[in-house]
Amino acid sequence: MPAYTLREMMAIAAARQIQDGDIVFCGTGISMLAAMAAKHISAPSSVIFFETGAIDSLLEEVPMAVADPRVMYWTSVNGSLADAFAFMQNRHTGRRVVGIMGAAQIDRFGNLNSTVIGDYRNPRVRFSGSGGACDVASFVGRTIIFMQHEKRKFVKDLDYLTSPGWLQGAKQREKAGLARGGPATVITNMAVMGFDPSTREMVLEAVFPGVSPKKVLEHMQFEVDISQAREFSPPSDEELSILRDKCDPQRLILS
Amino acid sequence: MNTSKDKLMDLAEAIERFVKPGSHLSIGGFTINRNPMAAVYEIIRQKIIGLHLYAHSNGQGVDELVGAGCVDKLEIAYAGSGRFAPTCIRFRKAVENGDIVVEDYSNYQMTLRFLAGAMGVPFLPTRSGLGTSIIDNWGFPSELRQTDPKIPNKKLVVQDNPFLAWGEATRLVLVPAINPDVTILHVQKADRQGTVRIEGLTFADVEQAKAAQHLIITCEELVGSDHLRSAPDQNQIPFFCVDAVVTVSYGAYPTACYRHYDYDPIYLNQYREAAKDDARYQNYLDTFVYGVVNHTMLMERIGRGRCDKITADPRTGYAVDLDRR
Repeated sequence: MPAYTLREMMAIAAARQIQDGDIVFCGTGISMLAAMAAKHISAPSSVIFFETGAIDSLLEEVPMAVADPRVMYWTSVNGSLADAFAFMQNRHTGRRVVGIMGAAQIDRFGNLNSTVIGDYRNPRVRFSGSGGACDVASFVGRTIIFMQHEKRKFVKDLDYLTSPGWLQGAKQREKAGLARGGPATVITNMAVMGFDPSTREMVLEAVFPGVSPKKVLEHMQFEVDISQAREFSPPSDEELSILRDKCDPQRLILS
Repeated sequence: MNTSKDKLMDLAEAIERFVKPGSHLSIGGFTINRNPMAAVYEIIRQKIIGLHLYAHSNGQGVDELVGAGCVDKLEIAYAGSGRFAPTCIRFRKAVENGDIVVEDYSNYQMTLRFLAGAMGVPFLPTRSGLGTSIIDNWGFPSELRQTDPKIPNKKLVVQDNPFLAWGEATRLVLVPAINPDVTILHVQKADRQGTVRIEGLTFADVEQAKAAQHLIITCEELVGSDHLRSAPDQNQIPFFCVDAVVTVSYGAYPTACYRHYDYDPIYLNQYREAAKDDARYQNYLDTFVYGVVNHTMLMERIGRGRCDKITADPRTGYAVDLDRR
C-alpha cells in the first residue's frame, strides 16, 4: 500500500512541470491543486490566474469552479474574461503562460475533445464544451494535460477537435495560423507522456511505480514510442504534506 | 437606451415587459457565480418559451432555463457548474435528446461576440480555434441562418490577415457580433436610475450589458445615486444602458454573490441529484420554482439557517470553512 494516492501523484507530477516565473492558467479540480502545490514547493514566483479574470489569487481555500468567489480573494486585479484571454496571447505575456487542462478524448498529437462523443449535431454523449480550453490551447506558450488512461480516451480519431494540440503533426500549428505553443506534457493515472520535438507525436516519458510500459499501451488505441520510458520518482514527504495540508485540507479534490 | 430617472420595478413586471416568447436573451455571471437566478426562476414561472439563449459559461442559469423547457436555441462556450456538475445535466439531456439546437464557440469567442455587439461592428478577429472542429462543425441548420434575420448568415469565417505578417498572425477567425434583445445581470449595487456597481470579477457582464437592446438589472442592494457617484471609478455600467432596476436580495442564489453570500452546496448538490431523473426534476420544479410565488418565498423555504451558513465573511468575500462536499 503506497503512502500516496494516484491523484496525489498526478498533482505532484504536474506541479513539477511548473517553472518559477511561469504564469499558470488553471481550470477546475486537480489543475488548481497542481498550481497551488507548485507555488508552495518549487515555483514561488509563479502566478496563478483564471480565465474569469482573477490574477494571482491567494487561494486560501480550494475553489470549486474558476468563478468561485475564492479566486477573487487577495488578487492583484479582479478583471474580466476579455482581460484574461488577452494576457494569454499578447506578445509580451502570452509565451510565459502555461495552461493546465483536461478533456474527454486525446489523440496522438495532443488534440483534445471536450464537446461530444458521436455526431456533433446528434451526439451520443454531450460534454460541457470548450469553455476557455480552445482559447488556451490556441494561444499560450505550452500546455499540460490531465487524462485518465483509458482506451476510450486515448483514441485514434477524435469525435470532435475542441482544443488544438499539434494538429496533424510537425509544423501543422504554424500552417493553421497558430503562432506558438502546443502541448508539452500529458499526465495520466499511469504515466507521463511527452511529444517528440520533430514529429510532434506522443511518446512515453515515464511510468508510475508498478506500471509497465506495456500496460500503458494496453490502455490506448494508438502506439507510442516507449523506448525512452523511465520510472517516475514518487512524491516526496514534503511534496505530499504541502499538497495535503496547505492546498486541499478539506480533501475536496483529492478524495 | 433609456435616460429616465426611475426604473425601479418588481421582477415579475420587468420580465413580463422585456422577455417575450422567442426573445434573444443573454444572462450574466459565470458557472456558479452571480447568475441572475431570481430572474431565471421568474422566466420559468411565467412559462416564457422559445428563447434563443447566449452564454459563455453560465452553468446554473443555463441549465435551469434549458431544464424547464424555455430554450429552443443555445449559443454557448461551456455548460458546466464547476465541481457540482462538470457538464450541466439537463443541458446534456436536452442536447442528447435533440430538444435544443446548439452552436458551440469558445469563451473568448463569445466574449468578443458580445464586445463586437457593444462596439457596433459586425465581427471581431481572433486566432482562437484555428484548426479545430469549432470552425468546421456548425450546429444551426443552414436554412435557419438564411431565413432568421436575427441570426448571422455564417457561424464564423476564417480569413487571411489583410495586414499580412503584421501582428504575428497569418490567419484569423472572424466571429459575428451578438446583440441580444435583452440581457439580465445580477449585481451588488445599483441606483434607481440604473447606474451599476459590480464587485469582484465582472466576467463578460459589461460587454453583454452594452450589446443588448434592453437591460434588466437585479441588484442585491438598491443604493442612493450619491453613494455610487461619490466613487464613480468603481461603477461599470452607465444608467442609460438600463431599462429596469429590480431589488432582489439573494438574487443570485443558489449561485454566489461576492461579498454577500457564497453558493449553496446543499442546493446545488440536491439540484444535481434531481436533474438526473425526469420525475425527480419535475418534482424539483414543482417545489422550488412553480411552488413559490417569488424569490423571497424561495428564500423563506430555504430558511435562515442555511442563509447564515453561506453569508460572506467580510475579510474574504466568501463563507470561510463552508462545508462544500
